[in-house]
Amino acid sequence: MPPGVPSGDGASVLTRADFSSDQDVRWCPGCGDYAILATVQRLMPELGVPRENLVFISGIGCSSRFPYYMNTYGMHSIHGRAPTIVTGLKTARPELDVWMITGDGDSLSIGGNHIIHIMRRNVDVQIIMFNNQIYGLTKGQYSPTSEIGKVTKSTPFGSIDHPFNPIALVLGADAPFAARTMDRDPKHMKEILRKAHDFKGTGFVEVYQNCNIFNDGAFFDYTEKATKSDRAIFFEHGKPLTYAGGTRGLRLDGFNLEDIDLESGEWGVDDCLVYDETSRELATILARVYWREELPQPFGVFYREERPTYDAQVNDQVNAVIERSGKGSLEDLLAEGDTWLVE
Amino acid sequence: MSSKTVETLPEATVLFAGDSGDGMQLTGTQFTLATAHAMNDLATLPDFPAEIRAPVGTTYGVSGFQLHFGSVDIRTPGDEVDLLVAMNPAALVVNLDRVKPGGTILVNSNSFEKKDLKLANLKENPLEDGSLDKYRVIQVELTRLTRETLKDSGLDHKAIDRSKNMFALGLSLWLYSRPIEPAQRWLTTKFAKKPDIRDANLELLKKGYHFGETTEQFVTRYEVTPATLPPGRYRAVQGVQALAMGIVAAADKSGLPITYGSYPITPASDLLHALSRYKNHGIMTIQAEDEIAAIGMTIGASFGGSLGITGTSGPGIALKGEAMGLAHILELPLVIVNVQRGGPSTGLPTKTEQSDLMQALFGRNGDAPMPVIAASTPGDCFEAAYEACRIAVKYMTPVVLLSDGYLANGSEPWLIPDPDSLHDFPVEFATEFNAEEEGEEVFWPYVRDEQTLARPWAKPGTPNLEHRVGGLEKADKTGNVSYDAANHEKMIKLRTEKVERVQQDMKPLEIFGDEDADLLIIGWGSTRGAIEAGVTRALNAGHKAAAVHLRWVNPLPADLGEVLSRFSTYLVPELNNGQLVRILRDRYLLPFEAMNKIQGRPFGPSEIERKIAEMVG
Repeated sequence: MPPGVPSGDGASVLTRADFSSDQDVRWCPGCGDYAILATVQRLMPELGVPRENLVFISGIGCSSRFPYYMNTYGMHSIHGRAPTIVTGLKTARPELDVWMITGDGDSLSIGGNHIIHIMRRNVDVQIIMFNNQIYGLTKGQYSPTSEIGKVTKSTPFGSIDHPFNPIALVLGADAPFAARTMDRDPKHMKEILRKAHDFKGTGFVEVYQNCNIFNDGAFFDYTEKATKSDRAIFFEHGKPLTYAGGTRGLRLDGFNLEDIDLESGEWGVDDCLVYDETSRELATILARVYWREELPQPFGVFYREERPTYDAQVNDQVNAVIERSGKGSLEDLLAEGDTWLVE
Repeated sequence: MSSKTVETLPEATVLFAGDSGDGMQLTGTQFTLATAHAMNDLATLPDFPAEIRAPVGTTYGVSGFQLHFGSVDIRTPGDEVDLLVAMNPAALVVNLDRVKPGGTILVNSNSFEKKDLKLANLKENPLEDGSLDKYRVIQVELTRLTRETLKDSGLDHKAIDRSKNMFALGLSLWLYSRPIEPAQRWLTTKFAKKPDIRDANLELLKKGYHFGETTEQFVTRYEVTPATLPPGRYRAVQGVQALAMGIVAAADKSGLPITYGSYPITPASDLLHALSRYKNHGIMTIQAEDEIAAIGMTIGASFGGSLGITGTSGPGIALKGEAMGLAHILELPLVIVNVQRGGPSTGLPTKTEQSDLMQALFGRNGDAPMPVIAASTPGDCFEAAYEACRIAVKYMTPVVLLSDGYLANGSEPWLIPDPDSLHDFPVEFATEFNAEEEGEEVFWPYVRDEQTLARPWAKPGTPNLEHRVGGLEKADKTGNVSYDAANHEKMIKLRTEKVERVQQDMKPLEIFGDEDADLLIIGWGSTRGAIEAGVTRALNAGHKAAAVHLRWVNPLPADLGEVLSRFSTYLVPELNNGQLVRILRDRYLLPFEAMNKIQGRPFGPSEIERKIAEMVG
């Protein structure tokens, strides 16, 4: 069935429905994954990318079932290895629009090696990492992002593992684009995903995603109405860091961020740090604002750095060699070097 | 040449041995090139330590290069050595047991000082204690002669001493009447930008050659007349080069871009090195962060419509196992090259072995068979690689290509193939709907070709064929996720049957030797030369024997059962602890006898010959 419905001018316009596959979505009712799927399906028609050029690649875990629900090309691969599949696919086919779906266990534990290498290489792909701070598909063990002391099936006396800070981790691996958003704010999520897509290179987006079965409410401080305004800060490039309806802000004191009251008369908006997403230094400082009692949790684009992508460079090198020495001849190659004739 | 007698030999085996820093591989390679130019048939066996620069003078730092050449059909790097060139006592100690009684040992007598002997764990000097009486020992003051020759070269002591292998090469070339020009040409090109080094090496090469002529230590010089090879243009080729060119040929004939993903590992790294030079032949190479990434990248490339190939050795295959299973269930074309080395674990990284056969056949979770093809000579790596690629695409399956350290590093004269003579390699991508669902035309990714059972290859970017694949069991035809019990069994059987159908693409088995013999030897991989040379010798000695060699180890050829039924005793020689023999016993319930060698070295023909004599004599 050809996708899309005819628009006024005869051109085919895709809708959200064109991106839903015929497979039943099998996540638990109430799972945060539904919101992410819906947001991505809504975003797709707005990107103007032909549907046949879209590819969703995932690893293993609850989140990694995602490609089955997208009516695009897709692959549900093996645990932790999606970045490797993506790297090979993009290198072979740089013109494709590739999205990688992963979770905190998939990409930071078993796939830890690959996630850092895809970052340093800067493969042109969008990575959506569903972070629910728990292993869901294996029924509730602590994950590499679970907090210390987490009581789970595998840690009845509490987890003693120091958790990863995903944004700081990928920045350490020289990620060229790192952002954070949340399942309960589809509008913000959609804008962040759009920015990741607009970015040429590895666009890493961490999504706080509620697992209502094994880790319900892990992010409620930041995502729920009652506390969101005071505990989360949504920051943007070129704008001052303010939150709580503009009543509070963050200023830079040396290398540290200080929470300031903008209503006290002591500080004004002009005192707040104006964020620059191209500054590695600011990204490093903001990324370290992580589960801090005294500071709000940041959501937005931490860092953006334009640099050549791996897939483009591999192909450029091939083309440069062909330009310099011509398309290789098999016959010449076989007869290369010292040869002799037997009569 | 007047004062020397010239003796004509049918064949000879020369072994160059020294410290890993003595340049023995280079000396051997250049002697090989000269031998190829002298139109002899040949086979080589480089043998080097795992340490890059082991402490000087120690036995574990000894590097060797063995070359067998002749006017007759040469099938192996030789059993027993006629000439051992030993640069130090350690090289002598390590290789003495390979020299045939009466053979010649040429030593650098300057390197038999007390400290050298101690490093080789020798209490007495073997040049003086009579322990070498059954050999002809030629003592040459290589170090002194080298220093003397180069005293005005302006090179420092270290550089001078390092060049003494060129003196040894020159002398060896003279001894076997090889042309000196190929080595001269090579040195001139190699050191074009370092004229002082170039001139020093050229001078030593010539001095070594002339030394043979003038010294009275040599009364006899040897000559090996050209071999009668089938007519055509030849080159010397190493297995790893031939394998790389087979991949290029596959890219050329199929029109498919090839993505080679690999992580450095001995002895497979040379394949990555070779292919990374072939960018203008449509080969893209990626050096991955690990073995798993290397295969993951190639699966991604194959999903995108390239042919993915990954190469490694046994330990790397162990890491790739899960991804190989993914490629199997996805039913995407992929070639997995295993250049086998001694195992288990890190094992003997630089030595050869055939001990990954079971791993290739079964080393995955679940029932996940894949075709397994094995190369049998260095030159045969070309055709084996080409066939592996062709079958992978034709049957939409991962294929395991088995090589080994001996094949990869060994070399032989190679009749350069005509690209037009290669098997056709058609590729067809899906572009159309292929099924009907509720009255609508649809694309189902697991609808199969009737003859091959291959599924369609629909690459991303093709309108209307959007589909999802994955590691979960899929429903027959539609490819949707399915946990249905009957469907799972059906899919396992279908994928297995598809691999079995590769039999359709096999040539009939050829029997080597006496078809009326009772004894049949069944071999696979790099043992072919030794087995067939051993059978030839046995036949000449009046023992009846035949041999059959398996190009495909999975599936086994359809006509193997019939061939086996014509014989009554069976021998299965392998460089492992008995792997193919178990497969054969299981499949054919016949009394296969195992013959195993697990020493990191190939079989010699005499070992096979002795075994045949023992069995039928």
